[in-house]
Amino acid sequence: MYVIICMHCFCPQNYPLYIRSVPSQSELKFHYTVHTSLDVVEEKISTVGKAMAEQRELYLGLLYPTEDYKVYGYVTNSKVKFVIVVDSSNTSLRDNEIRSMFRKLHNSFTDVMCNPFYNPGDPIQSKAFDSMVSAMMVQSS
Amino acid sequence: MESLTLTDVEQKYYSDLFIYCDVDNTKKVASNGKVLDLFRAAQLSNDVVLQITELCGATRLGHFGRSQFYIALKLIAIAQSGLPLRVESLNSVKDLPLPRFVVGKNEQEARHAAMYPDTENQGPYTSVIPRPPGRVQTKKVSTHEVIQPCVPTVEPQPDTTSPVVSPHQSPPTSPHAWRKHKRQASGGAVERQPAVAGASWPPFREAQSGPVAGDGLWSAHSPPPVQESWVSFTDTPPSSTLPAMHPSSAQESTTVRTVASAATTNEIQRQASGYDDPWKITDEQRQYYVNQFKTIQPDLTGFIPGSAAKEFFTKSKLPILELSHIWELSDFDKDGALTLDEFCAAFHLVVARKNGYDLPEKLPESLMPKLIDLDDSAGVPEPAPEVGFSGSPVEVTPNKSPSMPSLNQTWPELNQSNEDTAIVHPVPIRMTPSKIHMQEMELKRTGSDHAHPTSPLMPKQPELSEEKKLAATIKFPVTTVGDGYSSSDSFTSDQEPISSAVTRQRSHSGTSPEGLKVVAPPPPPPRPHASHSRSSSLDMNRNFAAVPAGTQQQAGVVAFPPAVPPRPLATQTSVPHGHRSVDGDSLPTHTSTSPQQIPEQPNFADFSQFQAFAVEKPPEDGDKQQESVQVEKTADAAGAMRAVMSETQPEQTTATVNSAKGSTPLAPPPKPVRRRLKSEDELRPEMEDHPQKSGLVATVLATQPSIPRSVGKDKKAIQASIRRNKETNTVLARLNSELQQQLKDLLEERISLEVQLEQLRPFSHL
Repeated sequence: MYVIICMHCFCPQNYPLYIRSVPSQSELKFHYTVHTSLDVVEEKISTVGKAMAEQRELYLGLLYPTEDYKVYGYVTNSKVKFVIVVDSSNTSLRDNEIRSMFRKLHNSFTDVMCNPFYNPGDPIQSKAFDSMVSAMMVQSS
Repeated sequence: MESLTLTDVEQKYYSDLFIYCDVDNTKKVASNGKVLDLFRAAQLSNDVVLQITELCGATRLGHFGRSQFYIALKLIAIAQSGLPLRVESLNSVKDLPLPRFVVGKNEQEARHAAMYPDTENQGPYTSVIPRPPGRVQTKKVSTHEVIQPCVPTVEPQPDTTSPVVSPHQSPPTSPHAWRKHKRQASGGAVERQPAVAGASWPPFREAQSGPVAGDGLWSAHSPPPVQESWVSFTDTPPSSTLPAMHPSSAQESTTVRTVASAATTNEIQRQASGYDDPWKITDEQRQYYVNQFKTIQPDLTGFIPGSAAKEFFTKSKLPILELSHIWELSDFDKDGALTLDEFCAAFHLVVARKNGYDLPEKLPESLMPKLIDLDDSAGVPEPAPEVGFSGSPVEVTPNKSPSMPSLNQTWPELNQSNEDTAIVHPVPIRMTPSKIHMQEMELKRTGSDHAHPTSPLMPKQPELSEEKKLAATIKFPVTTVGDGYSSSDSFTSDQEPISSAVTRQRSHSGTSPEGLKVVAPPPPPPRPHASHSRSSSLDMNRNFAAVPAGTQQQAGVVAFPPAVPPRPLATQTSVPHGHRSVDGDSLPTHTSTSPQQIPEQPNFADFSQFQAFAVEKPPEDGDKQQESVQVEKTADAAGAMRAVMSETQPEQTTATVNSAKGSTPLAPPPKPVRRRLKSEDELRPEMEDHPQKSGLVATVLATQPSIPRSVGKDKKAIQASIRRNKETNTVLARLNSELQQQLKDLLEERISLEVQLEQLRPFSHL
């Protein structure tokens, strides 16, 4: 199975809303990687700026592959960005699986947003969200 | 009897135990059997037990009176603590821990069974607080009852409890009280809980510092308390769950729980809602909640928006994080608003939290809003009985998914306490775009969605088209690129009519909507190859060989005109087959009869015989008819028709249908076509577009109607046949396009010939 190394959520202002990593890895390195991948995300979503009339693809796909891992991105219509870093060692990882993971993330994020006690921009502290992410990371690793 | 002084705690404990042993409910004598069982449970040697019974005087009396029982219990405690059994030690030993009883589960259960009458009979102990019938508290109420009146005053416990706030209302304490009974035998702790619970009623204004202390008293989750009752028959108190408890009280609570829980578990089982008992909302509580709901939202079937709920619950002064968690638990449908049930659940959770009970990880059953699709007041036409309490969430949600908000509005004001056991766990479905697939999946699963035949199809169509394109390209290696392209077009466009056809068929035949979901039929089998080969070997060769087919297409090579509009089903297949099967009657007849055929063409595909089966596809049929007509203009078609006519004459619609159906993979294209041709000939004179159109469609559709008859019992077979028919359809579509191309070529040729004729004619005129 593939291994999700870390999963980050960023607000429209690119502040991290949620960060979760597999502790065994050197988290700081992945934080750095994810942060720099935001540039790629911005670039991808800016290209469609003129054609905003049509639906922009939420799933951004592989943002940047390195020798050790791959970075996938997803952006919502409100510019909330999700970034997943996956270990490259497993080649059986399919695009659809990543898409489904992002879909679940998006749904859980929507649930968090629905909570009136959650102020957009706050770090996400929802237990439901945490459990969903944990389930995803556990399942994949 | 020696005088016996017991501490309050001991008093309570012993009285509970006595009641427990008081099988006959004499309140004076504990049955020997139960007492002995109890003593054995104390894990003392038989000798010690005998000694104790002797000491307490039961042997003298022959039975265990209350005093004897108490003495015996105290002696047991002494023995368990390792002290020698002496009568004098009864009063001299201070700080004696309560006797502990270890009971196996079986015994416990046996006791439970025996406990029923006991607890039920505790009349005088009940009814301090109105409780739902059958509640456990009967036994516990004794202590609770004692405590209740002195709630505001007594606070002996050294727990980290806050000063008790005098209860303004007693009602809403039942779950908490029950809980507490279960948890602590210690009077003080029990006192505090109900006090706190009662005091919490006045909404949120009072400082409730109880929660901090209460944490230890309430297990983190509602299920564990009940579970503990099963496992708590051990010596060691479950310290993990009672961290904040005073050590002695913890032990007491454990030991008391052993006996208490024995009774409670019985009742829990009896109520069949064990785990959510603590979370059950009593009537008074519910009424209170409803009143509060009304202050925010007068319409009981309406929503409380998230912002209003936020303000309201913020007044409770709970931390935002906890309120957020409560919201997550209670907003079951995740719509950002609270219905009455959700509001009650949230309110209940807030109350519980303020009383010191940790929030559960997931919503307890008793708090779950019922997914009742009753729209009594609003009158929105929704299938009311569908959910009720027994509908599975999966069945409910697909019907609800498009109308989830209206669903929320239909919570009637129900008494949850009676319906916990039948609570359905709704599976909320949101109409976010990302959920469409999930909804489709659910629709598929339920197979009950008749209302969205197209919605699942829509997103599938692109995929289908891709599949079809691949299939087409694979299937027609011989064909030109254009063919593949056009065929793919026909396929993609086929999806809709096919699916709609399937829908209609379903409506006719009553096949499950699952068939509809099979919108992406597997790529048609290489039937087209067969057809192509046949056409190349027989029809095409003959047809075009005889004719100076300069522009004719080579046999076997059928160019699909890219512009061919998709014509699903019968018409297409019939036409190409007509072409193929026609031998010899190629151009000459074709040209000569073309003008005739044009009007007659409509008959070609028809199947007015099939009219009976005709489904409602006149428009499509009409199109198909026109297409087929054009194609049929080719002589081949005419000849083929005749040839075909000679064949299967007796076979009529049903026969054709059945055969077409039965002969699926390879045969269907030719057979149905032949039959259609035959019928075409017969119907030629009629020349009715509509019946023919319907007939064409009917042929293919006719196959399906027959299916349900025979297979009505076997949905899979129906689906399989539907799939086969779809494959047939696609094949026929290809054939149609091929034939159309041929038609065009032939038309061109004809025109050239006519031009030549014209050129020659002047000579004749002259």
